[in-house]
Amino acid sequence: MSVLMFAQLAISIWDLGAKMKKLLILVLMIFAFFSTAVLAQSLFPNIPKATGNEHPQGNEFMRINHMDMLRHERDMTMREGIRDVDNSLAQCISCHVVKGTDSKPVTIESEEHFCRVCHDFAAVKLDCFSCHNSVPEEGLKTSFKHPDANGSLNAVMAYLEETAK
Amino acid sequence: MERIKYSELRSTPKLWSLLAILVGFVGAAALTVLYIEHHGHIVTGMNNQIVWGLPHVFAIFLIVAASGALNVSSIGSVFGKQAYKPTARLSSLLAMALLMGGLAVLVLDLGRVDRLIIAMVKYNFKSIFAWNILLYTGFLVIVAIYLYAQMARGVHSFALKAAGITAFLWRLALTTGTGSIFGWLVARQGYDAAIMAPMFIAMSFSFGLAMFMLVMIGTCTMTNRRYAVELRTRQARLLGLFVAVVLYFTAVQHLSNLYVAEHNGFERFILLEGGIYTWLFWLGQVFFGGIVPLTLLFHPKLDVKKGLVVLAALLVVLGGLVQLYVIIIAGQAYPLEIFPGYDVSSSFSDGVINQYSPSYLELILGLGGVALALAITIIGMKILRILPVNLSDDNVDITQV
Amino acid sequence: MTKEKGANIHRRDFLKSGAALASVTLASGVTLMAMGQGVAAGANPNVRWGLLIDANKCPSDCSACISACSNEHGWEDNGLPTDPQWIRKITLKDKNTGHENTLPLMCQHCEKPPCVDVCPTGASFKRADGIVLVDRHICIGCRYCMMACPFKARSFVHEKVKGQKTSSPRGKGTVEGCNMCVHKLDKGEGTTACVTACSATGNNAMIFGDLNDPSSDISLALTNYPSVELRDDLRLNLGVRYLNI
Repeated sequence: MSVLMFAQLAISIWDLGAKMKKLLILVLMIFAFFSTAVLAQSLFPNIPKATGNEHPQGNEFMRINHMDMLRHERDMTMREGIRDVDNSLAQCISCHVVKGTDSKPVTIESEEHFCRVCHDFAAVKLDCFSCHNSVPEEGLKTSFKHPDANGSLNAVMAYLEETAK
Repeated sequence: MERIKYSELRSTPKLWSLLAILVGFVGAAALTVLYIEHHGHIVTGMNNQIVWGLPHVFAIFLIVAASGALNVSSIGSVFGKQAYKPTARLSSLLAMALLMGGLAVLVLDLGRVDRLIIAMVKYNFKSIFAWNILLYTGFLVIVAIYLYAQMARGVHSFALKAAGITAFLWRLALTTGTGSIFGWLVARQGYDAAIMAPMFIAMSFSFGLAMFMLVMIGTCTMTNRRYAVELRTRQARLLGLFVAVVLYFTAVQHLSNLYVAEHNGFERFILLEGGIYTWLFWLGQVFFGGIVPLTLLFHPKLDVKKGLVVLAALLVVLGGLVQLYVIIIAGQAYPLEIFPGYDVSSSFSDGVINQYSPSYLELILGLGGVALALAITIIGMKILRILPVNLSDDNVDITQV
Repeated sequence: MTKEKGANIHRRDFLKSGAALASVTLASGVTLMAMGQGVAAGANPNVRWGLLIDANKCPSDCSACISACSNEHGWEDNGLPTDPQWIRKITLKDKNTGHENTLPLMCQHCEKPPCVDVCPTGASFKRADGIVLVDRHICIGCRYCMMACPFKARSFVHEKVKGQKTSSPRGKGTVEGCNMCVHKLDKGEGTTACVTACSATGNNAMIFGDLNDPSSDISLALTNYPSVELRDDLRLNLGVRYLNI
């Protein structure tokens, strides 16, 4: 019964004039666009807040470019041994640590790990943590350079303090 | 004497069931790859002492056989033996199929299979391995062009000859490169020998022709097509010659090593005290893989006894796998001589013969590669006009052989 | 290329005035790049790091170097043939005289490393200061370097790794080996975990230092005592040398 109705609907659409068909397709596309947008809004990940200061470049910049920055500096560190790079992975992790229910940092195995929250949403597989530690290590200084050492007195004093320890 | 006609294989239930079995093996191999990739190589028999195992034995066998399978085409277009030309198309197809099967096994055994793209774009040109990657992919392209030249109408004979010569020279470079993977390892007693490159060339002639004959006889029998007895016998005798050459190179390699005091320990291991490896060498490689096929293939009544040809080719193939097993595994089983003149022991298997027991996963992966190669060949013969229809004795000019 | 080159005037002026304070509180070896001046730290091509090991001072029952390396880099050897071994103790017995000796063996950091030659992707590489490393970002796990190494220095990671040390990332499917504690060297600590541990036991069998510096401890020791390279027939010019074997 419903098959017949469906067939009749299909035929009536098929019989529409060319202009009407184009209008119908446009309406359907707009509907699809907004519905996915609406769906996306409701599924958008709840990104955990970081523990340190904001990135001077802004969050959007970091979201788009963090892979390029990491990859460029990994070669500097790996091949040339330059370790006081602007963004070391260990430094990212120490700021972007997420504490679990036992108030210990969650590893990459957990869905709540900072990197996984966005990467699971975007369905982009993470390879870093098959080798790298995904939680901050106790007592380890992560960088020589403070993340926002771009001139502020506090930043420089903090840097000097850190390296003097 | 008619013109040789080629046609695609017809869809018969026999063909489909064979293809289904082969695809089954390929599927099983794919599942093992996923399993190994997920759990890590701890699930295989390979370890830090025996780093290359059974999958590499199969992979190198298929790659070596691939370059040898092209021989039949080369004898036709490069060396002008007209009688070999009807089987040239299958030879080219089989060469590509075997190489694809071998490469599949090789790359699927990598520790990081997901980084294959990196291997294809980042090259260290000092590495013979990197050169081999280029040689293998280049081989596929060149043989594809060669096959096109063989099959297309209106191709100038000069173009065909040029393609044939290029393919022939390329496959010599490829096999030299494959042999040099082992021959250029100065560290190990069992390798570090310049003779490995020409020995691999000889092995490629032998294994490649054996695989070709098995596929040709098998397919012709299955599809009731003629395989000219004179041609088959000539090719079988040629296989006998190649087997003899491989035995010669093996003898030269071991005799040279025996002369050098430094390598005596390794030779003692292979020839006398290696347990399983000694058995495999003498019984598997030399006797069943060399002497027995040799006697079979020089039998005076070989033309009427098709069974002997099949048996000999099968023994050559199995003997080849054993030979590669001895080369690859025994070469790693024998310990490194870091401190000559000392008895060495440590917590990392120094100074002892390294143990290896291949796991079923590795065997399935290796067989999957063979199945992939055969499946590609059959599919190729199904959609392209590869196999001759009327290759009977009347249509083969034996004076040209 | 880094941001430091474009450091703004404001910071430079401030720091020049506080330079005295800065120079007192800076840790040794820390790069001055952050201050907009000074040489880059890291791989210095004028340096060649090396080790000298005295087999006579190495007791057969001591494995401090191995424990130190395991702890520093987060690997464990439980005796399985698939377990990693960045450094191992070897017991040598002269076939003719019966004299016994023990010594630690690790990656020899050759000047002409066979592992670097054979790596298809270039993941196995030699740094400017002579340390031979694996770039595990591009290692495909083919294990050809393990076939090529005359000293069996490299290990393949056979299973998933958890709880890695931050300074020593290691993961399944790639190859690893002694890296002369590069993370410590780059921070300016000037020594490795194994050497520190050996000194702590009082055996002092291992000396680490710059082979290109004629006044370093290791260069002085090499001048004064006859040392050997392992497998010197291969002419690889190793960075690790041994005494009394």
